[in-house]
Amino acid sequence: MSKEHVVVIFPHPDDESFGASGTISEFRSKGVPVTYLCGTLGEMGRNMGNPPFANRETLAQFRRKELKEAARELDIDVEYLGYRDKTLEFEQREQIANHLKERIEALEASVIITHYPGYAVHPDHDALGAAVVEAVRLMKPDERPEIWMHAISNDHEADLGKPDIVHDISPYWDRKLAAIKAHLSQADGMMSLIKSQDQQSEQLQRLKTERFYKYNFS
Amino acid sequence: METIEQQSVQNKINELANKEVYIHLETTNGAYASHFDEAAYNVGAFIRNAKVRYQHGKIISTGGSYRVGLKLDIGWVYAEGVTDYEIDEKNRLLMAGHDREGRLMVALEISETPFSSEADLDE
Repeated sequence: MSKEHVVVIFPHPDDESFGASGTISEFRSKGVPVTYLCGTLGEMGRNMGNPPFANRETLAQFRRKELKEAARELDIDVEYLGYRDKTLEFEQREQIANHLKERIEALEASVIITHYPGYAVHPDHDALGAAVVEAVRLMKPDERPEIWMHAISNDHEADLGKPDIVHDISPYWDRKLAAIKAHLSQADGMMSLIKSQDQQSEQLQRLKTERFYKYNFS
Repeated sequence: METIEQQSVQNKINELANKEVYIHLETTNGAYASHFDEAAYNVGAFIRNAKVRYQHGKIISTGGSYRVGLKLDIGWVYAEGVTDYEIDEKNRLLMAGHDREGRLMVALEISETPFSSEADLDE
């Protein structure tokens, strides 16, 4: 691999912070550039802040500002793909795949981080993860980046076994927290959860580990 | 948004009657409902930019949250559970119901101009 460039592909502003910001920080600490291709503006989210400060029509603007702040914390670039929240699974898969392939090739991605299709709970997560796999499948085999997939569903380990990559991200925990906190309209539930936990609790320890499955094309 | 003032909302509903208007109507319990609670069901629906003309509309409460009904020539628009409202800078009537954690459960919005339909990166 000549040059490293990590491309993170998730549908919503905040998926990068909740799901992969420890791993992202680790790459950045080694000087590897990271670009976040964010599928939508998260404009259909139901969290409006607590107490609410956004409404359905202003949420997109808040979430863009929040992602800008999180990206500053994580020192990454952000590009929006321009789709609409909740609708990714209804778009033409091939159209999204071709769009992604063009961006992945232009950015010369060496590693892609995305959701594990079918095990990512939110339909947008599943749809974009599947489109990423399709995009990379369309590439020449020797030019394909690795795909690291984040699984979320409660049953995933029973089906998929142990993840291929297990990152202890505790050295980057403060950075991850700062990135999550930047998503003011969305982070309230998670921050309360974190604050309510004993520092050594199993749940908090789990949050300090990021796990990924590698996609295998053969 | 602010807690609904019934008369202000009623006035705005009256003002928008018998005009071509665009509706955003939505209800959701989130994409994670059955992830956090196996016994729960994910339900939701939305329609964005339904173009309608209503004869009249009412906002009614029997204590607590409000119901809004708009009578169309050949049908109805209905939302239950709205708690907050705003008349925004585009002169649109935005109404929504939020749960105790501030999460949106239902929304009904009425506008004389279309709501954004694509991810609008310039807005």
